[in-house]
Amino acid sequence: MMDDFPPLSLHVPEPEVRPGGTPDFSNVPIPKAGSVPRPPVDVDPRDIRDLAFSIIRVLNREGEAVGPWSGLLSDEALLEGLRHMMTLRAFDARMLMAQRQGKTSFYMQHMGEEAVSCAFRKALEPGDMNFPTYRQAGLLIAGGYPMVDMMNQIFSNEADPLKGRQLPIMYSSKEHGFFSISGNLGTQFVQAVGWAMASAISNDTRIAAGWIGDGSTAESDFHAALVFASTYRAPVVLNIVNNQWAISTFQGIARGGAGTFAARGLGFGIPALRVDGNDYLAVYAVARWAAERARRNLGPTLVEYVTYRVGAHSTSDDPSAYRPKDESEAWPLGDPVIRLKNHLVRRGAWSEERHRQAEAEVMDSVIVAQKEAEKHGTLHSGGKPSVRDMFEGVYAEMPPHLRRQRHQAGV
Amino acid sequence: MPRMTMIEAIRSAIDISMERDGKVVVFGEDVGYFGGVFRCTAGLQQKYGKTRCFDTPISELGIVGTAIGMAAYGLRPCVEVQFADYVYPAYDQIVSEAARIRYRSNGEFTCPIVVRMPSGGGIFGGQTHSQSPEALFTHVCGLKVVVPSNPRDAKGLLIAAIEDPDPVIFLEPKRLYNGPFDGHHERPVTPWSRHPLGDVDAGHFTVPLGKAEVRRQGSSVTVLAYGTMVYVAEAAAQETGIDAEIIDLRTLLPLDLDCIVESVRKTGRCVIVHEATLTSGFGAELAALVQEHCFYHLEAPVGRVTGWDTPYPHAQEWDYFPGPARVGEALVRAMEA
Repeated sequence: MMDDFPPLSLHVPEPEVRPGGTPDFSNVPIPKAGSVPRPPVDVDPRDIRDLAFSIIRVLNREGEAVGPWSGLLSDEALLEGLRHMMTLRAFDARMLMAQRQGKTSFYMQHMGEEAVSCAFRKALEPGDMNFPTYRQAGLLIAGGYPMVDMMNQIFSNEADPLKGRQLPIMYSSKEHGFFSISGNLGTQFVQAVGWAMASAISNDTRIAAGWIGDGSTAESDFHAALVFASTYRAPVVLNIVNNQWAISTFQGIARGGAGTFAARGLGFGIPALRVDGNDYLAVYAVARWAAERARRNLGPTLVEYVTYRVGAHSTSDDPSAYRPKDESEAWPLGDPVIRLKNHLVRRGAWSEERHRQAEAEVMDSVIVAQKEAEKHGTLHSGGKPSVRDMFEGVYAEMPPHLRRQRHQAGV
Repeated sequence: MPRMTMIEAIRSAIDISMERDGKVVVFGEDVGYFGGVFRCTAGLQQKYGKTRCFDTPISELGIVGTAIGMAAYGLRPCVEVQFADYVYPAYDQIVSEAARIRYRSNGEFTCPIVVRMPSGGGIFGGQTHSQSPEALFTHVCGLKVVVPSNPRDAKGLLIAAIEDPDPVIFLEPKRLYNGPFDGHHERPVTPWSRHPLGDVDAGHFTVPLGKAEVRRQGSSVTVLAYGTMVYVAEAAAQETGIDAEIIDLRTLLPLDLDCIVESVRKTGRCVIVHEATLTSGFGAELAALVQEHCFYHLEAPVGRVTGWDTPYPHAQEWDYFPGPARVGEALVRAMEA
């Protein structure tokens, strides 16, 4: 009987194209904007299983907002959203440069993914809590957190709200609904579920949002988060940012045989939606739908944002070693800033000229913030957190052994 | 004063904490309806409702991970890991998250959680129901690590742990749940009802974290022990006739170094006893501290009596367990040096 079969062989998935090849996204089916229905928020998850395999899109190629997920945002709100994304992009550009100038050790940019965190933030209410990864600074920008405090953290200077203890960009702001970033991948996803459970236990009205990347969905934390969210119907929005690349590893390694990451929610009975992550209007619409479900005590929603990481994973990474250099230009969902700009121009609320002017204004505001932050020092020059701060805050009250060590360190 | 087993004392501590503070929530595997496989949470779901005391999926990662999120919200979760041997799936959440959230957020977010877990052997639990992983937690800055040895301390320490602003790993020596155990497994079990430390105040009280207690005054040699080993050391002292001073550490992190140093400087000798494996065990830290702080008072090498560096065996349980004979030999060696 065994002789009837050839020897076993291991399947190791490969991306379509490697460096030197021609970028090819023909395997990524892109549904027409406006083609995916918008179910009521109290829909039975079993009735919307196909939403885990489609892509909800609002902006079409002509820059029009179409379909049942459109029509939620005013000109004013969209202009504000555009400004948030432009600010994040300018912020990234300046901080990348600052890293190259040695003003900090490390940086991670958002290029191409600005819509995801900027639009999502607008669907939340004050008091809601995000458990973010390292590529959702749009939650802070769109939430009104001062850029200068972000920069103080990045520079680990004397005004760093985190006292120089954290790697650059691992922000924390309770007031702005932004849980301290871990740096260990996936851990925050299940914590978001716990926070949401606590809100429900306390008969509160606030909801939580968990964030994770395509690669980190392979962590056990992701699975535990879905089990607990499903079992206790936690008021949480569980966000997967699928930017196609986990450092050098293409998303197929974490996704395996599943059609999509969103489809992972189906086995848990959690409504799962895929959305065009480069479409500010679509991200906002889906975020609001999921947030409303949570707030109406209907339980969790799993959302996969289909996007593309245009830049390197971090300043320590060189993507040309593992993917074609021009792959981002072939990405079929375009650039989130340009798409929203085109839409606003088409609405008659914006123009190329005003856009250029706004770009300059935004960059000016980032530079002003940077000058202010640099007055407090950068990583290797100027004011820095005290060595005493290193010993503080390990516990609420410093235990005797740490007091002895601090004394030994001479501080 | 009522008599309690350690199980009843733990239940009383949780009950009083839940009654006093609506933010205290209790959950874990089999913890809700059934009341825990060791019955430590029996009756709490009935009393406080199933949103404050509930069963969870079998996911230690999920139990601790959600507890961390709840603590960030402002609740005070006291969760159970069914056996300390099962805590490893939650290790990343404890080490990388719970222990560091206060530090990395500069106090914006904190993690006042208690992770309770039955530990230690002596019940024929084999290698997956007998481990003493305390050293894996004492090596982690930001945690507190507590090991009670009797009902009174268990209650006072657990209330203190639940009220503590930082994460506490609470190891419950399961062989002590129903009575003190000195390692003489061949003798009948002594219940807590016949031991003075089974007298436990019915109301609210705390035993402060970070304070050791001298269980037996002595002048010849200091024994540093915690959990089950306190009773083993007592038996060894009695059987050898050596006037040992036995210190029950109670809290391993932060450690009551002053109590240790004072005793060792007085006796000039020190034997460290724990059930966990030897290499890189908590005894190594204790030995280093003793030589650092008491070197010129020492008249003998610091001795260690521990479990062997093997997995906890089943059939050979009493060959593995550091019983009174082995501890007694170490006391004699210390005296003869």
